[in-house]
Amino acid sequence: MQTVKMVVTGPFNSGKTAFIRSISEIEVVSTERKISLEVEKVKETTTVAMDFGRITVDDDLVLYLFGTPGQKRFDFMWEILSEGMLGFVVIVDSSRPETFREARFILDTFRAYAPTPYVVAANKQDIPEAWPVDDLRIALKLDPSVKCIPCVASDKEKVKTILLELLGSILQEIESGGKS
Amino acid sequence: MALQGNLRDFSVTKLLNLIHIAKKSGTLTIQGPNELASLAFLDGKLIYGQRGDEGGRLISILRYNHLLTEEQATSLQNRPEAANDKELGLLLIHANYLTQQAILQSLHKYLNDLVFRLFTWSEGIFQFYLGILPPDDRITVRIDLENLIMEGARRMREFEQLQEEIPNLDYALKFTDRPDARLRNINLSVEEWRVVSYISPKNTMRQIARANRLSEIDLRRIVYGLMQAGVVEILLPEGLPPPPSLAKIQPIPKTPEQAGLIKRLADRIRSL
Repeated sequence: MQTVKMVVTGPFNSGKTAFIRSISEIEVVSTERKISLEVEKVKETTTVAMDFGRITVDDDLVLYLFGTPGQKRFDFMWEILSEGMLGFVVIVDSSRPETFREARFILDTFRAYAPTPYVVAANKQDIPEAWPVDDLRIALKLDPSVKCIPCVASDKEKVKTILLELLGSILQEIESGGKS
Repeated sequence: MALQGNLRDFSVTKLLNLIHIAKKSGTLTIQGPNELASLAFLDGKLIYGQRGDEGGRLISILRYNHLLTEEQATSLQNRPEAANDKELGLLLIHANYLTQQAILQSLHKYLNDLVFRLFTWSEGIFQFYLGILPPDDRITVRIDLENLIMEGARRMREFEQLQEEIPNLDYALKFTDRPDARLRNINLSVEEWRVVSYISPKNTMRQIARANRLSEIDLRRIVYGLMQAGVVEILLPEGLPPPPSLAKIQPIPKTPEQAGLIKRLADRIRSL
């Protein structure tokens, strides 16, 4: 049995857990705890170690999705989670520009950990305050070659699109001999 | 969809850059700590601006640039042409009081000053109203944003450099134990003296800024100067952890055999 993994990362409350829940065939193994800091109380619970989802391809191959903890004080987990990943998804809450700088920092950090392909998911595009994808791309200073895709993490079809785009980038890198 | 947020998270320089690159047309309003400002853009170029409720009208801009006296401005306000900036501009040109070029230069200067002022705002709620342009009776210009952004970036760079030198304003300052020869013949400005007068282990730099009504960048600039002159130093708390290093992990090798694996994964996800 071969297992491969992808990492789903992004700032606090960007939608990482919802993203994995939408696509995982198992109930997501989540390590959520009640939020203790007042400033972070925009939701009731947060992921403190990791979320863990699974997609079984066949008897020989399983894909694991690991969601990173969103709160900065748990960032020591990032390095552990990034080891051996095929690629990663950076989830950005398009409606909260105050998190864009952190999203960029997370993106750069994961690229430094492992230079694997990645895509940016412009999440929460279903709410009126969301920044358009083109504006988000400029705000995050994304290279034109980086895929920035509209996303609603609770929508399975949208999540599938993101993962397929990431797999497309990984395939492209393999076929180009790792030059892309 | 809305383009809104706080300057704390998305600076004026970044906003102008976005409007420039995306060639946006519309009006950007920024509610700062004490005042409101708005800028209008057409195809990514700055065409109009307004500070507060009364700014942006031709009379106030000419007055701002000292091209009208207070009496002339009051007198013009009472004329029917004053309701329409274009008609007022024509009146002034036909009366040989101002040339068209002088009016346009005045508008340019007003807008440049307004944008440079906005660069110093680090807090403020902004909102971009797509497609909303100034009323037809206003005189508009077309200013390329590149130079304004360059100037903004320069000011931001200075701010960032100062922030690197003095990253945290929640620390106190103290006078150096043995100020060296550089302290001799030092001349302090009034603002520098005010800062110096508040230096005590009990006062953080943030409190000093608040007491003197100084912006963070102005306070940092003054403290940096005093530090360079060897007059003061920052009281650092003991036992601060060092910044974490980024260990580099090698990715798993991407062999041609893996292409088949990736295709199997993609097929499975499509089928979900």
